[in-house]
Amino acid sequence: MIPRHFYIAASVMLVAVLGMSIYAWHMRARAVATPAAATDTQPMVAPVSGPTEQVTLFVAYDDLGILRAQAARIPLPSVRQERAEELLHALIALYLGKSSPHPLSVGSDIRSVYLVDPGLAVIDVNAAFADGHRSGVLEEDLTVASLIQTLAANIPGISRVKILVEGKQRDTLAGHADLTDFFDVSAVNQLTSQLQSIQ
Amino acid sequence: MELCAWRREPSFLRLSLRKLSLRRSWFALLWLVSVFALSAAAPEKHLTVYSTAANYSVPVVQHEYRDYVGLLELLDPLGSVSVKADPPRWRIHYNNVLGEFIAGKSQARIQGRGADLTGRFLLDNGRGLVPVDCLNSLLPRFLGGPATLHEESSRLFIGNIATHFTAAVPLDDSSRLVFHFTAPVNPMVATEPGKVRLTFRREPITAPASPRLTFNSKIISSADYSERDGSAEITVTTSVPLIASFSPDGRTITLSPPKSQVAGNASTGAVPANPAPPNNPPPRPLAIPNPAPPVVRRYFAIVDASHGGLDRGEALSPTLAEKDVTVEFARRLRQELESRGISTLVLRDSDANLSLDDRAFFANSTHAAVYIALHAASNGHGVRLYTALLPSAAGDERGPFRDWTTAQMPSLSLSQATAGSVANELKKVQVSVRTLTAPLRPLNNVLTAAIGVEVAPPATDVSPLTAPDYQQLIAGAVANGILAMRSQLGAAP
Repeated sequence: MIPRHFYIAASVMLVAVLGMSIYAWHMRARAVATPAAATDTQPMVAPVSGPTEQVTLFVAYDDLGILRAQAARIPLPSVRQERAEELLHALIALYLGKSSPHPLSVGSDIRSVYLVDPGLAVIDVNAAFADGHRSGVLEEDLTVASLIQTLAANIPGISRVKILVEGKQRDTLAGHADLTDFFDVSAVNQLTSQLQSIQ
Repeated sequence: MELCAWRREPSFLRLSLRKLSLRRSWFALLWLVSVFALSAAAPEKHLTVYSTAANYSVPVVQHEYRDYVGLLELLDPLGSVSVKADPPRWRIHYNNVLGEFIAGKSQARIQGRGADLTGRFLLDNGRGLVPVDCLNSLLPRFLGGPATLHEESSRLFIGNIATHFTAAVPLDDSSRLVFHFTAPVNPMVATEPGKVRLTFRREPITAPASPRLTFNSKIISSADYSERDGSAEITVTTSVPLIASFSPDGRTITLSPPKSQVAGNASTGAVPANPAPPNNPPPRPLAIPNPAPPVVRRYFAIVDASHGGLDRGEALSPTLAEKDVTVEFARRLRQELESRGISTLVLRDSDANLSLDDRAFFANSTHAAVYIALHAASNGHGVRLYTALLPSAAGDERGPFRDWTTAQMPSLSLSQATAGSVANELKKVQVSVRTLTAPLRPLNNVLTAAIGVEVAPPATDVSPLTAPDYQQLIAGAVANGILAMRSQLGAAP
């Protein structure tokens, strides 16, 4: 003979199990319905505030197919790696603006910049940056030169640059510019000189 | 007694038994016919294996809609093999490599490390069967070298065994088509109205850059490459009957009309391509001394229509893809170059997928003097000429080997001079032009002079990109630029 309180305890536990299952199912449905984080185009980190510094941004202009050195004042942190990230964030913000001279797709961003001694910088862009980039040798050439030259001109000691997309190597930016190899900064310097002149 | 009993049976029963007997005979006949029909309809499938050790074929068996092959049969001609079957375990020793398999499992162990078989391992009377589609990854673990499976055509290449070929119509005689192979070949030659077929059963022929090669000839319009059932086939489309002649070294096959071949027969072994049935023994080169060495075709220029296949390139307009403009422009540029006496090969002459590595490989293996990659763009105007963006220091050079990523380095100044020459010619015809460097593969992988030509429309409207007169204007200027560099390019390595 099973005591009555055993029946009661078992029934309560069964009801609790059922209740928790229903709650878990409800939470799962809510999680699925939540939009993916990738579509969130808002900056991931708060903008840096504080004293500003003058920097040189190399800005691409699609209408003439050129690169122009442009002075700007932006707040920069003291840590070298964070400075590099802020520089490129400022450049991307310019390209995402309404009157952008070199429009990038909505949501384009720099995920991180890693500075690895001696002289290597790794720029990690997000998927929206590469997936939405316009295809064309010149457009991609301008983007690559703009990123690398801006970084090299303001952060001393960078001699090679690697561009990753979402932390992974990609063959090309948008079908043309090769991203499989390291970019030699002195070679990009020469490219920048070519891109600065209208022949 | 039985006979008596039979006789005693009523007539209706005898009739039924007769009917039954007749029905059985019909069933037996039907079964036999079915068996014969099925055996005729489904011939035994084989996997053709090409290797430096031997070329052979192994039977393929089907199990649950998957193709399987015996691992022992596959490895046996390649080295020393021993097998120990202890169901469900099965062990195979190939040279010093041990493979351990378990029937029904899709994982194996090669030298103690896991290997994915993509399907279950089968044990059939002590015979170990592995899925055919796992051979690409499984065989290198045993052989220590690459294995390339062409699954659709049941062809397996062990190591770098492939035989490549080029096909060209000579400038001085557009009625001939000359094939050059990187190794001796001996195909079966057969004809049908308007076609000549070269079937390669024993040779590891691989696809050219483009499966369809087209020629500027009124007689021979194209050659199509295909693979099936363990063999490769080249089908030449022609408007007149052709005969095939083989060079003594077996590396060159010339297809030409019988009349023009009469004189040539004195020096080369001629094999009539018409009407050789496919089952005849393959034609052999005649052992006639040949005082004249086979003409080795070298292209001066390689024109590469960028993108192709799944890679559409830039969407120039909602209906116009970059890949279509580049191939059209490539054909026009070939015409312009050849009209100036510059032998030209269009690397992608159809809507084929072609990797950047393959493009560089073909450009390098043909030893052309100049490589021209064609691109098209919707933004800007005029033409942009590119040379490779290379680091200031050279790559890792080891003896005769060059670093793949900086292979262009020794020819970079020649490439820049070529781009300059083309730019001058474009300026002469009032086309806006810029010369730039770009990280644009495969320019950096090409050994010889290499330039990229990106054609943009003259104004904002992209429709001139497909206009014959605009293409002609630019193609003509590019061809003039190459022509002006001919003497310098000819001395290129």
